[in-house]
Amino acid sequence: MEILPKLPLAAWIDAFVEWLTNAEFFFDSLTNGIGWIISSIEAVFSLPPAWLLLIIIVLLTYFLAGRKIGLTIFVLLGLFLIDNLGFWDDMILTLSIVLTASIISIVIGVPIGIWMAKKGLVENVVKPVLDFMQTMPAFVYLIPAVAFFGIGMVPGVVASVIFAMPPTIRFTNLGIRQVSTEVIEAADAFGSTGSQKLFKVQLPMAKATIMAGINQTIMLALSMVVIASMIGAQGLGTAVYFAVGRNDAGGGFEAGIAIVVLAIILDRLTQSFGTKAKQ
Amino acid sequence: MAVKIQVENITKIFGKKPKKALELLDQNQSKDAILKATGNTVGVNKASFEVEDGEIFVIMGLSGSGKSTLVRLFNRLIEPTAGSVWIDGENLATMDQKTLRDVRRKKMSMVFQKFGLFPFRTIQSNVEYGLEIQGMDPAERKEKAGKALELVGLQGYENMHPDELSGGMQQRVGLARALANDPDVLLMDEAFSALDPLIRKDMQDELLDLQGKMRKTIIFITHDLDEALRIGDRITIMKDGAVIQTGTPEQILMHPKDDYVEKFVEDVDRSKVFTVEHVMSRAEAINIEKEGPRVALQRMKEGNISSIFVTNRQKELLGVVHSSDVSRLAQEGKDSVEEIIERNVPTVEKGTVLKDMMNLLTYTNIPLAVVEDNKLKGIVFRGSVMAALSGGEVIEHGNTSETAAGSMD
Repeated sequence: MEILPKLPLAAWIDAFVEWLTNAEFFFDSLTNGIGWIISSIEAVFSLPPAWLLLIIIVLLTYFLAGRKIGLTIFVLLGLFLIDNLGFWDDMILTLSIVLTASIISIVIGVPIGIWMAKKGLVENVVKPVLDFMQTMPAFVYLIPAVAFFGIGMVPGVVASVIFAMPPTIRFTNLGIRQVSTEVIEAADAFGSTGSQKLFKVQLPMAKATIMAGINQTIMLALSMVVIASMIGAQGLGTAVYFAVGRNDAGGGFEAGIAIVVLAIILDRLTQSFGTKAKQ
Repeated sequence: MAVKIQVENITKIFGKKPKKALELLDQNQSKDAILKATGNTVGVNKASFEVEDGEIFVIMGLSGSGKSTLVRLFNRLIEPTAGSVWIDGENLATMDQKTLRDVRRKKMSMVFQKFGLFPFRTIQSNVEYGLEIQGMDPAERKEKAGKALELVGLQGYENMHPDELSGGMQQRVGLARALANDPDVLLMDEAFSALDPLIRKDMQDELLDLQGKMRKTIIFITHDLDEALRIGDRITIMKDGAVIQTGTPEQILMHPKDDYVEKFVEDVDRSKVFTVEHVMSRAEAINIEKEGPRVALQRMKEGNISSIFVTNRQKELLGVVHSSDVSRLAQEGKDSVEEIIERNVPTVEKGTVLKDMMNLLTYTNIPLAVVEDNKLKGIVFRGSVMAALSGGEVIEHGNTSETAAGSMD
């Protein structure tokens, strides 16, 4: 086994990352763009006072998620708890990061998924890349993210996007491929163009599956908040990270519970869009 | 009738080496041999036939015979490997995508076995789909879709979704969607095969009714011979991707081209297919205005029969006279058979299928008179009907002596 000298893989990757940092202008504008999205979302959520936003979210849950009383009460109590524990502003920050990462994932992921579904070759190339993105420990992304995007919210979002985007791509691909051949044949037989077939038949029929993928993406983005806090992404993750450093079990759980509540609300809301699409 | 679609040597090879397979096909190699040599499957093997304007042309074969592939070569849901399909002077097999799209939009619609409806669209918007993608404005397409839905009897279901309807109704939607484009040609791929037998029969009847009004050229795929015989003006039988025989239902039943077709048609209920025209013989009759009892007796003797039909100069059927009565009249020296005509005779029409005249045949001991506009066209003997149903040769017109005597006694 020791016939060969150790491959200088690390050195190669370092060289590559070093070389990439030359594209400073590109990364700077990207940083500004992503930063702008985050702060815009944050601004919108910070606009109403806490109590008003709380009421809006509770009402949204009630009407969008099928008028379930139990869930609505849970959301009401959960949000009240977050506010009571003093995590309201942190929650807004976390929400901003998660939503930004999710939006970027959808904007990039859905078209890639469509492309994969249309071309077998693209599927063969993209699938192993997705496996790589999902199995590589998420911490590893933080290192180059800092190199390219500095410290703060933006590298957190970028790392989240890389980690969270695969389900959207996979489910879009799956959803479009699942559309029955006879329906596709019907669309063709009536003389649809490629884009008519995509927008009038394939995407509507794949909608429920795509929504399931988006739901997964949001959940994964949320799971990244603690990790992202290590490179300065503010929010609930930071509270957990500090609690770990201070061996503060109570404080850790407080912030943890806030993340769980936020996760459940996001999950139920996005799932309700998926089931609506099915009906 | 004019030829609407002409199919010449259309061929489909599935696999990676179609050229090699085509060469082997030209050397008359079998499907199995080609599969062994090249790993390619012959889907359709040089099929050639013509479809006439306004007919229901049935392509019939068992599963794996290539019939569903063949119909998809018409609108190029499957790309043909070789050969051509001519419609209105254009070759479908080689036309560019844009022209093809135009043909699909305006000239050719398809109905699918499992309906192929869009589940997320309402019935109305399913039917509108073909018009919508042509960019027709909403008011106009709504009206056209409404008419198509009315044709298939689905008014009132516009706002439902496909999964709220039964199979038969869903297929009506499929049919309405195809009709909404007002195409010249309807491709129906096993359109009724997924329906249960009673509904299937209803749909067949309805298709025939609609066809009576619309006169489309319909290419209908089926694996069910009874269905083929019931609705087809002409039928083509396929086996292993090749066309074995094309002809009217009667031609195929009467003169199966080979053992395969013969085996196929063996169990058919012929009484549903054969018509009176098929088994009728030339009528022996006398013209009451110029022929009397003696001529009648002479004719009956010649024909070795015991009764004879009576017509007027215009060949209009008046009735029948029996030999015993005629000889009595002849002995009495009368000149006309007028007084002994039995006027209440059972009659049938040329187009009646044998099944529907069985009853009449059971309750009469004289041959059935075949009439058209009350004019005597021929007669049907019980023996000829039996012969036709048993699959034997049908007695040709005029050759009546033996059977005639048998059925007359």
